[in-house]
Amino acid sequence: MSEPCLFVIGATHQNAPLEVRERLALSSEGAIRNDLASVPGLRELAVLSTCNRVEFYGVGSDDTAADSVQTAYCARQRFDPAEFERIRIRLTGRDAVLHLFEVASGLDSQLVGENEIFGQVKEAYASAQACGSTGAVLNRLFQKAFQAAKHVRTSTGIASGRVSVANVAVDLAASIFGSLAAAKVLVLGTGEIGEGTARAFRSRGAEDLAVAGRRPDRAAEVAAALGAGTVLFEERDSSLVHYDIVVCSTAAPAAVLSAAAIAAAMRKRPARPLLVIDLALPRDVEASAADLQNVFLYNLDDLARIAERNRMAREAEIARCRAILTHRADGLWSHVQRYLSSASDPSCGPAARNAGEAGQAAAP
Amino acid sequence: MLPDLSDRQWLWCAAGLYAAGLVLGTISLVRGQRTSGVLIYCLILVGYVLQFIGLGVRGRSTGGCPLGNQFEIFQFTAWSAITLYLVVGVTFRSSVLGFFTSCLGAALTFVSLSIPAWDAVRRTHIFGGNPWIELHAALAIFSYGVFGLLALTSGLFLLRHFSLKSKRLGGWFSFLPSILDLDHIEMRLLAAGFGLLTLALVFGSVYWSRDMASVDHAKLAATVAVWAGAAAALLLRAIGRLLARRFAWACLALFAAALLSLAAVDESRHPGVPPPPERATP
Repeated sequence: MSEPCLFVIGATHQNAPLEVRERLALSSEGAIRNDLASVPGLRELAVLSTCNRVEFYGVGSDDTAADSVQTAYCARQRFDPAEFERIRIRLTGRDAVLHLFEVASGLDSQLVGENEIFGQVKEAYASAQACGSTGAVLNRLFQKAFQAAKHVRTSTGIASGRVSVANVAVDLAASIFGSLAAAKVLVLGTGEIGEGTARAFRSRGAEDLAVAGRRPDRAAEVAAALGAGTVLFEERDSSLVHYDIVVCSTAAPAAVLSAAAIAAAMRKRPARPLLVIDLALPRDVEASAADLQNVFLYNLDDLARIAERNRMAREAEIARCRAILTHRADGLWSHVQRYLSSASDPSCGPAARNAGEAGQAAAP
Repeated sequence: MLPDLSDRQWLWCAAGLYAAGLVLGTISLVRGQRTSGVLIYCLILVGYVLQFIGLGVRGRSTGGCPLGNQFEIFQFTAWSAITLYLVVGVTFRSSVLGFFTSCLGAALTFVSLSIPAWDAVRRTHIFGGNPWIELHAALAIFSYGVFGLLALTSGLFLLRHFSLKSKRLGGWFSFLPSILDLDHIEMRLLAAGFGLLTLALVFGSVYWSRDMASVDHAKLAATVAVWAGAAAALLLRAIGRLLARRFAWACLALFAAALLSLAAVDESRHPGVPPPPERATP
């Protein structure tokens, strides 16, 4: 008699390029759940579907359940099973445990250490719970994965430092002003990067934003999208005195903020620092402004360099994180394995039937 | 019941705890990790209590606030700075400030404990039973402790300023508080130190005005110079003439001046009838 099997099967950004992931993306999780409900021997199931991965975590009464999931999935997506075999991940037992731990911790993410995946794994688990397709094993597996992810995030540098230019700019502002709630932000230019940075400031608590653009109609449009005010582009120099953070991203061929204009503004507000973030190419701000007292000028290269350093620092932490996660995965797997051995009941039905199964069985 | 330890033994224990905070913080920083603010705070707090007991034992034996020699003045200055940190540290949740405070506490206490000459002669009843003079001395040294914490904050400000200007934000620099927070702390500490020193001088002047002959001119000049320096820094900062980096350097200079003035304060102890010197217990 074969033993129940914990598995994960799916495709991720590691092996599946974007165009393949587009074809594999689930349009409706409900539909695939319906398909999989009839898979014989599938006791538990959770589906993790993000833009970088589609993964099915399951417990089958034997190791053929994973194949059945793959067949049903490929049929639903009208995807060639042979091609899927080439790009898929298929892990069982302890490797499946470790994989989920790494995914939840952001180790398997495209942007190593990113935090969003943690929420996505939580959502996937909550959704599976709501459908009643989790049981003793997956409940424990996911809960332990969340604990492990929190642990590595706090005890290692895997999530430290920002790795996108916009977030680096916001961190930079926080290291000057502390809380951003009282900081006033002026966005010069209506390009995508400026708008994205303004959004990052907004999301981190900046309440007072204004947009100035060479095209007033476009500036008003961006300001409306951001919930910000507008400033006339021609009045940018005289308006500087009111702002703590200036984000420049115009497509102007020459500098739009002179060091003299910044110096004049600083004379009127000498005690308050001014952060100038120049994201434009060619640069919007005269480089000599960096020499002014209480003025901190950062350009695109500076921010990109910081982001790259942070990314490298995160990658240097991977081995440490993996050691921690491996230790935890081994511990959990030894318990799960014992539970699966003792619970090998060939008469078990599909995943949907698992709702309400003894949640706190032998698992740790 | 407290163990039967001498004042210096209590103070050694306190110094050891400050040093433990220093070592712990240094290890964390070398490893590029955030220092444990709670742990360092607890170490400093326990050290502070032990130092308080040690100073209390010393105060009982000297019959007043223990400010009779260089050793006691350094100990009291460290204790004052830490008193302030225990309040400020909670408000600003700055683990780096805790690390630097443990550095200051360890440095002042270890240096004073390690130089036997500073504690070779214990002067008792130096205030002649006059509580106003005792209050004057205690407030003055307490204000120096505030200037000590101000110097630490200014050091952190300069480090943060350097990291921002040189665009080195990673590693250890990422644990520093924001530059604006540090600037606000500096202002408050300078105002508090100046206020305390002003009060100390007011209380002292009541005594001096009655007996000008007892005033040591070098001590008076040194103390007034520190007070004037603090007043000037505060005024120039308020009118926007002394800002950011220059303000931080001025605060560091102020603490250095305060420490230097302690020599003049110690030299001034020439009571009319010299009290019988009491040898320090090791």
